[in-house]
Amino acid sequence: MKSFRVSVHIVPRKGLLDPQGKAVADALHTLGFHAVGDVHVGRHLVIETAASDAAAAEGAVREMCSRLLANPVTEDFEIAGVAAS
Amino acid sequence: MKFGIVSFPGSNCDDDAVYAATETLGLPAVKLWHKSHDLEGSDVIVLPGGFAYGDYLRAGAIARFSPIMREVAAHAQRGGPVIGICNGFQIACEAGLLPGALMRNAGLQFLSMPVTIRVENTSTRWTALCTEGQRLTMPIAHGEGRYTVDATTLERVEGEGLVVFRYVDERGEATAAANVNGSLDNIAGVRNAAGNVVGLMPHPERALDPLLGSADGRVLFESVLAAVHA
Repeated sequence: MKSFRVSVHIVPRKGLLDPQGKAVADALHTLGFHAVGDVHVGRHLVIETAASDAAAAEGAVREMCSRLLANPVTEDFEIAGVAAS
Repeated sequence: MKFGIVSFPGSNCDDDAVYAATETLGLPAVKLWHKSHDLEGSDVIVLPGGFAYGDYLRAGAIARFSPIMREVAAHAQRGGPVIGICNGFQIACEAGLLPGALMRNAGLQFLSMPVTIRVENTSTRWTALCTEGQRLTMPIAHGEGRYTVDATTLERVEGEGLVVFRYVDERGEATAAANVNGSLDNIAGVRNAAGNVVGLMPHPERALDPLLGSADGRVLFESVLAAVHA
């Protein structure tokens, strides 16, 4: 078994009202960043886990996302990176 | 009949729920610590309001894995009455006892105010003594109460009459202005298919005495009392 650090992005589901993201986008527009379109505010998790290889580490984190880390009704997740640690 | 009120670390309305059972209904109530595996003979389970586990990750996401929740799910499966109030509603949704999820209020503000809700369905253990269309005034106190559900489930929720309460204005209309947290279809509370599990964001246990602004919450507790005795 090796050690891995798996990063996950969890963001509000596409199409759902994201008032926090909208508030941040509005603030950015106020600051003059007029090129900014939508902003989505979510969570970034870094999970340190033991696994036989990177694919197994990613698979385990995907299952963690489905069962606990993301709510399938309201959130989407993506694996942002898998690194040996 | 005995009330079991679950206390999670961070629950803060468990004492209000105990008060509702003991002082208002004159019934015994026991607080059930979340690590317990025993409902201690409770006939009715209350998942109270608060911030279980500090709302870490998502409101209710960690609490649903507390040992007591396995017993609560089994009680619900047997047809035992369960009510999830505010944070308890969030926990019941996360646990899959009720459809949907609660998201950050559309206006981003924590809302602490009285609201009017309309009873949409009386085929539940908690609204059996209500009349359809009856308006109830109760306080809300939440930051994450925007009811959300995917389109397919919404069709089922609406089609099967699983909506129990909607936010309405003083005329009883489900307007956008009355929908204080931006919930889908003004939904303030839902039930499971069997009608023994109900969840809502407003606080019936804080609306038991006219001295505190409203006694409209009593009918929910009186309904479950009638249901268990029936």
